[in-house]
Amino acid sequence: MIGVRLPLLFSCLLLVGLISCETRSDVQIANEEGILLLGNSNEPKGLDPHLVSGVLESNIIRALFEGLCVEHPSEDGTALPGAAERWTHSDDFTEWTFYLNPDASWSDGVPVTAHDFVFAYRRLLSPDPNWPAKYSEMLYFLSGAKDYHQGKDPDFSKVGVTADDDFTLSLKLRGPIPFLPELTKHYTWYPVPKHVILRHGEINTAFASPWTRPGNLVGNGPFMLKEWITNHRIELVRNPHYWDAERVSLKGIRYLPVNNPYTETRMFGDGQLHVTYTIPSELIPFAQDRYPEMIRQEPYVGVYFLRANTRRPPFDNAQVRTAFSSAIHQRAITDKILQGGQKPASGIVPPFGQYQPPAVVAFDPARAQDLLQASGYDPAGKKDITLLTTQSDSARRMAEALQAMWKEHLGINIRIVEREWTTYLQRQYDGDFDLAIGGWIGDYLDPTTFLEMWIKDGGNNNTGWDSPEYERLLKQAENTADVEERMSILSEAEGILLKERPVFPIYWATTNYLLRPEVKNWHPLLLNNHPFKFVELDPQAAQ
Amino acid sequence: MLRIILSRLFQTIVVVFLLVTFTFFAVRNIPGSPFVSDKAMSETEKAALEAYYGLNDPLIVQYGNYWKNILVHGNFGDSLAMKGRKVSTLIAESFPVSLKLGLVSLILGVGLGIPLGVLAALFHNRWQDYLAMVIAMAGICVVAFVLGPLFQITIADPLPFLNVAGWNRSTDIILPAITLCFGVAAYLARLTRGGMLDVLSQDYIRSAKAKGVKPLTLILRHALRPALMPAVTYLGPAFAAIITGSFVVENIFLIPGMGQHFVLGVTSKDYNLVLGLVLFYGLLMGIANLLSDLALIAMDPKLRKA
Repeated sequence: MIGVRLPLLFSCLLLVGLISCETRSDVQIANEEGILLLGNSNEPKGLDPHLVSGVLESNIIRALFEGLCVEHPSEDGTALPGAAERWTHSDDFTEWTFYLNPDASWSDGVPVTAHDFVFAYRRLLSPDPNWPAKYSEMLYFLSGAKDYHQGKDPDFSKVGVTADDDFTLSLKLRGPIPFLPELTKHYTWYPVPKHVILRHGEINTAFASPWTRPGNLVGNGPFMLKEWITNHRIELVRNPHYWDAERVSLKGIRYLPVNNPYTETRMFGDGQLHVTYTIPSELIPFAQDRYPEMIRQEPYVGVYFLRANTRRPPFDNAQVRTAFSSAIHQRAITDKILQGGQKPASGIVPPFGQYQPPAVVAFDPARAQDLLQASGYDPAGKKDITLLTTQSDSARRMAEALQAMWKEHLGINIRIVEREWTTYLQRQYDGDFDLAIGGWIGDYLDPTTFLEMWIKDGGNNNTGWDSPEYERLLKQAENTADVEERMSILSEAEGILLKERPVFPIYWATTNYLLRPEVKNWHPLLLNNHPFKFVELDPQAAQ
Repeated sequence: MLRIILSRLFQTIVVVFLLVTFTFFAVRNIPGSPFVSDKAMSETEKAALEAYYGLNDPLIVQYGNYWKNILVHGNFGDSLAMKGRKVSTLIAESFPVSLKLGLVSLILGVGLGIPLGVLAALFHNRWQDYLAMVIAMAGICVVAFVLGPLFQITIADPLPFLNVAGWNRSTDIILPAITLCFGVAAYLARLTRGGMLDVLSQDYIRSAKAKGVKPLTLILRHALRPALMPAVTYLGPAFAAIITGSFVVENIFLIPGMGQHFVLGVTSKDYNLVLGLVLFYGLLMGIANLLSDLALIAMDPKLRKA
């Protein structure tokens, strides 16, 4: 008898258990609670705006903090009032005054003052050798900032930032920068809470400071940190002290560190995410078929390219470089391998705004062969040229395609060298490569974000190439206030870079992701920095 | 008995010491650096980071400091990749998750594997045996990164109460636990079958049969205990391995467990995290082996004299 009853009882319990389980999807629950569920690719390395440099960290920091100006939800290049309610500038764009919003306060209720900005810039620029700040050069636009940061002038008062009073911030720039409001949207220009940071350590106590932990972190953005569990989730809630809190529609944001993009796509399909971080390129056709209304393929200010090591043969010869670059069938890569709407790159700066790029780079196998012949380079008897790449599937497929293209059009064999991420980066910094696959995502909407990296000894140049004429033009542009003239000088500079071809542009990036229909006020933006304060959830749209 | 325990513990300490020493020098020889990122870093910046984490000292000094910090201050160091977080916190946060998932899958694995093995042995060389062994072989061969996505697509997607991935609902444990249990069950089935076949051919079983002991009593009372010895030997290390998490299963099912720290710690050159994990895993392995030895002693009186 017992033998019959036990399984029956067990089955009944199981049935009751399953029936009482939640059958609504995560998205349905989140819609009711007003929480945005966001795939964010990985665990952030930190949340201190001065110690991180990645896109996924920036996605969280932009919700927790706010700069002088904030992004417009749908217009690129439009700056809306943020911590500053208005601003003025001198005619030559070198001196700016920002009038802070007196209602703006930190999430603990303490007012945000101009002193917090001065403190933040001083902190990011601190020349202390024990202070491993990231991205300090984003503030080099301030006069005297570079000298202070590099320890050449220890006097911070010479850096062009002053608090005239609690709510007036004056910035003096190294030259005319008409796009300064654009720059202030970047998290390197955000204020940090002086009173909180000093409570947990010195101005430059680096990693031991617990000020970014839940319970300690205080920000001035529309959201504040509620929970942070490693490799699990980061949960933000609306900040009641935010000056524009009435405008904020979401009650919270949950970031999920889904580093397996295939899992992420499946989670989206199962109603666990409102927005994904990406779509793996192999799944794009599937997503187009399955979620035609939810797939987003939008232009992104980013470029992918190959770096050539100009310090050693054969790439010390510009003709060889141009020959290799011209033998790259860019369209085959964008249409056959990536399939994400990427565009073949005719230059290093992607198209945006008023910039007219010089369209120089194109697939031209006949010209490639002529150039190779003219260069006198003969691969016979020489060591194989190597192509350094990461171990990601897409990078491998691109490397194999390039290998085949050079074999077909130039008759040259190259060897692919795959290394895991940090070794791949280190070998480029060490100049230990012939060709290396690379990419760059713009930090702000100005061509200089793509052009300044190729100056002599630029940290991310790595090609060994430099040109005094190129740098003279960049310098000239730096001192030109007229926007049109400035753009034409920058275009001329890019022309020099492309003529000498230390980098072979391949394609201009797009963002590929999935977005549910109930997410409103989420528009294509070139920098992909969506201002969360404007994002809304409309559960009706889900039906 | 006490002597066995003490000597085992001593052996564990020696093994863990050697393990940590080897790992200490090995991880520092992996190419790459914990501080490299896609934004270039100046020499001063790099030097500052190395000084902060004490990586600029001679290796042998670093090694001495590592032990000193653990033994004197109980400090396993800071994570190099996840700034501001301590290795001990990372382990303390993730181990309970892996432990819970591991225990559930182990119970499932035992519940599935042992009966399967017994069944196979009882129907030796008949279709039931072949079927059980095909299932076991499949469990060993079909790896988690195939099973996991397969379960996500075929089970979680159509069922409304099951999520594809995550660690929020009480049902979230079901699919990863099933995925993980297959490997354990498969090994256990093979080991139990082998042990059972061995025992069933013994004289005392034949005598018992001749005396008319009922088949079920024969299996449960007389055959099962000695037949499980190989399986119990395997269960010790399997227990330590399964409760410390699996990178693949955690990665596929988005579980905040310990397994991913092992792999990501190595790829991001997070020396302190890797060492902390090796130390922790080594100790667990030692304890698990000790427990399985004690279980064997309890099961087999002959071992008590040895």
